[in-house]
Amino acid sequence: MYAQMIKSTGQNVKSPEEMDPQERAFQERVDAGEKIEPKDWMPEGYRRTLIRQIGQHAHSEIVGQLPEGNWITRAPTLERKAILLAKVQDEAGHGLYLYCAAETLGVSRDHLTRDLLSGKMKYSSIFNYPTLTWADMGAVGWLVDGAAIMNQVPLQRTSYGPYARAMVRICKEESFHQRQGFDIMMKMANGTEAQRKMAQDALNRFWYPSLMMFGPSDENSVHSAQNMAWKIKMNTNDELRQKFVDQTAPQAAFLGLTIPDEHLKWNEARGHYDFSEPDWDEFFDVLKGNGPCSADRMEARNRAWDEGAWVREGLLAHAEKKKARKVAAE
Amino acid sequence: MQNEWPLWEVFIRGQHGLSHRHVGSLHAADAEAAIRNARDVYTRRNEGVSIWVVEASAIAASSPDEKGPLYEPSNDKVYRHPTFYDIPDDAGAM
Repeated sequence: MYAQMIKSTGQNVKSPEEMDPQERAFQERVDAGEKIEPKDWMPEGYRRTLIRQIGQHAHSEIVGQLPEGNWITRAPTLERKAILLAKVQDEAGHGLYLYCAAETLGVSRDHLTRDLLSGKMKYSSIFNYPTLTWADMGAVGWLVDGAAIMNQVPLQRTSYGPYARAMVRICKEESFHQRQGFDIMMKMANGTEAQRKMAQDALNRFWYPSLMMFGPSDENSVHSAQNMAWKIKMNTNDELRQKFVDQTAPQAAFLGLTIPDEHLKWNEARGHYDFSEPDWDEFFDVLKGNGPCSADRMEARNRAWDEGAWVREGLLAHAEKKKARKVAAE
Repeated sequence: MQNEWPLWEVFIRGQHGLSHRHVGSLHAADAEAAIRNARDVYTRRNEGVSIWVVEASAIAASSPDEKGPLYEPSNDKVYRHPTFYDIPDDAGAM
């Protein structure tokens, strides 16, 4: 997902008897569906895990601008260009909502940025894949944003108030993203033979990386168990992946495109599609920083930060100068 | 990185005559820049007709630990609610 493999305390979920009174009261509030707010007492593990998760989610939104930014200057029409610009601007906004939510936990945005730029913090594996053709803009909106929505809709009910509120805003805006992607895919799939092939090729390349977004099966993960008990993770990775496949398979059929999985088949007994797992070795390799575009993405983010330094410093100096003048005048 | 722009809390009034409502926060060098950024970050879809920004450090807030003592005095004044009073139906709509 936009936040993958989020490590928790690394321990089994405590039973109520093992918790101290403060922890127990906290867990009871979470169980009752109450929102935890910034100044409330919270276990240190909850706070740290949330910073990791929200931070990684924010970084994903920011880095996620790059694969699409790649096509802004080459969009096929002025309208498509304006739409893509609006979408990329939304991603920046989503990143900012999320950094704000993380900041309420006592970490600064610059601190999180530093950890991204040094490679200490991660962003979603999906953004390390290249966007080679215009059809990829369709595939990203349809599949990548589609997968993100699967995860983000339940997160609107997450236990941490500022995170839940950020998710509500994001989900409202995200549905435009998925629909504009599908709109591009419809145009391409119903276009010339060359366009149809381009659309099929985009689906071929983005299908398995999209399935990887949910992360490997975590049924037996202590991290996931704790994060689900704290309601900062709402569903298992397999549940969400299945939901995504079930939703997407008929859409691909509608487009007349073929999902690149010979084992994809409706299973009447289960009431779900059967499908092939992605290559998890590739996933771990990409997470380690060996994706096709990993180095490019980090380079672009570092360059943006370094080249923006004079703007950040200049505006701050100007603000201080103005403030000093105002004080002198009073 | 030591020179981080200050944090501003953003309040927006929607179109339907309601009060300004807290929508989130952002970083900006000064108030004017904060309002401009707030427009880009929080009103991309006509969410508001008025923006307030307040430096986060200027906000004083009640502490969650005081939740009990702070609000408790209103608990025993049930007569502040209209439902406290029994008015016979015969009295007509009220």
